[in-house]
Amino acid sequence: MKAVITVIGHDTVGILHKVSGICAEKNANVMEVTQSVLQDLFAMFMLVDIRGLSCDFSELSAALTDLGKELGLSIHVMHEDIFNSMHRI
Amino acid sequence: MLNTSDILETIRMIQDECLDIRTITMGISLLDCCSEDMDALCTRVYDKITRKAEKLVAAGQQIETEYGIPIINKRISITPAAMLVGATRGGDPVKLAYALQRAAEATGVNFIGGYSALVHKGFSAGDEALIRSIPQALAETSNLCSSVNVGSTKAGINMDAVRLMGEIVRESAELTADNQCFGPAKIVVFCNAPEDNPFMAGAFHGPGEPDCEVHVGVSGPGVVRAAIEKYPDATIDELANVIKRTAFKITRMGQLVGTRASQMLGVPFGIVDLSLAPTPAVGDSVAHILEGMGLSVCGMHGTTAALALLNDAVKKGGVMASSSVGGLSGAFIPVSEDAGMIDAANAGVLSLEKLEAMTAVCSVGLDMIVIPGDTPASTISAIIADEAAIGMVNSKTTAVRVIPAIGKKEGEQLDFGGLFGTGPVMPVRRESAEKFIARGGRIPAPMQSLKN
Repeated sequence: MKAVITVIGHDTVGILHKVSGICAEKNANVMEVTQSVLQDLFAMFMLVDIRGLSCDFSELSAALTDLGKELGLSIHVMHEDIFNSMHRI
Repeated sequence: MLNTSDILETIRMIQDECLDIRTITMGISLLDCCSEDMDALCTRVYDKITRKAEKLVAAGQQIETEYGIPIINKRISITPAAMLVGATRGGDPVKLAYALQRAAEATGVNFIGGYSALVHKGFSAGDEALIRSIPQALAETSNLCSSVNVGSTKAGINMDAVRLMGEIVRESAELTADNQCFGPAKIVVFCNAPEDNPFMAGAFHGPGEPDCEVHVGVSGPGVVRAAIEKYPDATIDELANVIKRTAFKITRMGQLVGTRASQMLGVPFGIVDLSLAPTPAVGDSVAHILEGMGLSVCGMHGTTAALALLNDAVKKGGVMASSSVGGLSGAFIPVSEDAGMIDAANAGVLSLEKLEAMTAVCSVGLDMIVIPGDTPASTISAIIADEAAIGMVNSKTTAVRVIPAIGKKEGEQLDFGGLFGTGPVMPVRRESAEKFIARGGRIPAPMQSLKN
């Protein structure tokens, strides 16, 4: 079971650190990270393994949403199945 | 790793283009609840629904969190209640309506549909009593929805039922006159009603369905409109391809949610209803898709052609994306629930006649249309008869959900709030169809019915 975390917004110092900090805290193993900064716009996609999650998925989702609000970023965490089913046959 | 542009596209669809799952609907057969005694029936019905749908709302919420996709409504559809009423030795069917309302409250669902009767060829025991109780049942409950099937391609049109339903719709409006005449917004009069429709107010769980199953109704007019806007100079066939691709993606999401819900609830997955269901929210309008294709206002000449193209492309794109397609599947055109339709009706461009023509090529019928409060029951029946004739001859589902705005006339409006929106009172022809409707009887099934 994997989930995709997307982070989009203005670039500031330590975004990756804070997001991966929450993942570590909830025992979500980071598998892949893609990150780019284009004209101040920060975009990061993180694939995490959620099989060993130490809390409910909803708790991870809430923690990341709260972090997004705090940093003024748009953070989503969604099960990877939704992307696979929509974009792959 | 997944393609980043695919990830962004999905997020944009949900965040900016109002993509959502409109409903997860659990269909529950209540045939095993039959009893000669009305009170015993009510107890059994309440028990079975609350047992089967106990986890429906929680499962919906969990899926919402997992996939990050909003699920707007959780609903229940049941065996047409007239079949249950027919098995009793009498008693007031409104008692059953109360039991259904209590079950809706206990399970936390948004709507429960199936206070229904199938009378396309005639009335059997329980049908007429249930139909006559609809106005009171809907006035005294809040989450219950009702539908009556008055015609089919195989059976023709039951004109006695058509006459009765004109009276019922009017009476329902009168009983709820102090509440924006909301009663008739929960009544659908069908021809060729589908037995597995997850959308309200017309959802019921047909007698040919399994004991319990879950259906999913998807939405996404905003996504289709955004896709079309990227191709301002495309030819019509290119446009059809764009719509097909978009419908495919929307439907795959519906299939995923349905499959997951079925696993979580331990009941079979029924169907995905591939519908484009608008809401009054900005950017979630079917009329705006048609306008995006190049019409200045929905309702002008060309609207029927544009809608036919849209409806066909949605089905073609969606059908490959799902293991099982059913329900109404197509574009909905409910006037009060669609910001673009409301504007077009207010501008006087969208008329009842044009809407009727549009229903010949899309998935449902005259939907959420507010008509003047002094419209006689016979005229409402005549509107129903016209719509049923289109459905019967074209072997498709058609329906009528009109709301007589008691005490109001053209230029005024009813405000239902929420997903039901705001409906301007639309003009209806004043000439009388009284004699035609009073005849009763049945319109024989057309030649199309003789397929065997």
